[in-house]
Amino acid sequence: MTNKTVLHAKHLESGAKMVDFHGWEMPIRYGSQIEEHQAVRENVGMFDVSHMTVVDVKGSDATAYLQKLLANDVAKLKEQGKALYSGMLNEQGGVIDDLIVYYFAANDYRLVVNSATREKDLAWLSQVTAGFDVTLNERADLAMIAVQGPKAPEVVAGLLSQTQQNLIANMKPFYGVQAGELFIATTGYTGEAGYEILLENELAAEFWQKLLDAGVVPCGLGARDTLRLEAGMNLYGQDMDESISPLAANMGWTIAWQPEDRDFIGRAALTEYKNKQTEKLVGVVMTEKGVLRSGSKVRCAAGEGIITSGTFSPTLGHSIAFARVPVDAGDELEVEMRKKWVTVSVVKPAFVRHGKKIF
Amino acid sequence: MSNIPAELKYADSHEWVRDDGDGIVTIGISDHAQDLLGDLVHVDLPEVGAGFTAGDEIAVVESVKAASDVYSPIAGEVVEVNEELEDSPELVNTDPYGDGWLFKLKVEDMGEVDSLLDAEGYEAALDDE
Repeated sequence: MTNKTVLHAKHLESGAKMVDFHGWEMPIRYGSQIEEHQAVRENVGMFDVSHMTVVDVKGSDATAYLQKLLANDVAKLKEQGKALYSGMLNEQGGVIDDLIVYYFAANDYRLVVNSATREKDLAWLSQVTAGFDVTLNERADLAMIAVQGPKAPEVVAGLLSQTQQNLIANMKPFYGVQAGELFIATTGYTGEAGYEILLENELAAEFWQKLLDAGVVPCGLGARDTLRLEAGMNLYGQDMDESISPLAANMGWTIAWQPEDRDFIGRAALTEYKNKQTEKLVGVVMTEKGVLRSGSKVRCAAGEGIITSGTFSPTLGHSIAFARVPVDAGDELEVEMRKKWVTVSVVKPAFVRHGKKIF
Repeated sequence: MSNIPAELKYADSHEWVRDDGDGIVTIGISDHAQDLLGDLVHVDLPEVGAGFTAGDEIAVVESVKAASDVYSPIAGEVVEVNEELEDSPELVNTDPYGDGWLFKLKVEDMGEVDSLLDAEGYEAALDDE
């Protein structure tokens, strides 16, 4: 049985080509995927991300629980509404999922986790509660719409009351606030300005229509993937999973090593890996014809590796990818492309930010 | 549903063939094929003068999603390729039967063209997929 979001009918109205995405019937594209991508880079587009899992975490031990659960430290969150990106690791130091946690109070947080990992995430979240005074509440009653692009602030403001506008007017990146019926967060998966907006399921179709009427271009999973890869953002299941250390997935910056006595799950294994790290995630650029694809083999003097995510970059006009390679790999790699080996260059794993090349 | 012009011939590997007269045919990929691939980003075309037999890999169309071989539906020699596609591969998406044509062949045996699927036969083949 496939799940459908509350916006399913709206996607069909807009002529979406639907695909099965880990048990959810989701739009892959409405028309041209590249035009959807460009709408987000140059103007404003929107994505139905209602398939993502929202879990509210409340209770007197909520902070202690999350300090145990997450490799990043929620103690960094001091201002109400501030968000943090973190990996959730297993005891072996592999990544169970990556997520965003919002802080409202020391006893009140919200997690947004991936949909493809929903079942195991919920089981793990629940298992770790043992000994903590916390309650978990999955918010299946909420839909989620990401409005992204340089014109997103202006267009969204036009749909809000004055009170709502005031609440988000000066909100910095990576904050969320409840503004009337909408929870509006300055987060996203595109490298552009914009919001991720949570709202009751019953309100979602009408809000989606208002965005359409305001000229926001509906975008599918295809554009979402090219945008996030250009922006240098990982995709769970491709760039990391339970067998991969966050250190080998360019997530070292999300690990809070201090304070040393914070015993988060996976810390011991991670510390051990850090001292003998074998792999790293790099960016790859190929300016000649062809498109790098996930799963392609990579080789260099230091050994072998793999393309974890690859695509054609509509902004740059050539292929880009992430590759997991030996930690001693240099500035060039060879990638197996349709039975021949092609030399590609290595860059930091981020390619485009706010519409501009950044490597 | 996908557009299948009645005046063309088709291969079940999704190429179309138009008889231009004088033993020359124009070949491209069908509307159905371009829709499956999504936005094309590169097209690799054969060399003018090269000879192919029916079923040979003759070109590659690559989209954001996947690379796909194009097979020569019939035997012949390449007499012209669509050079516009070098800079504008999206023409295959926007006009698969017109400006998005791939190459032209000088055909040895026009009987091979006659034995390809007609529009009705191609539509039936798509229904079976």
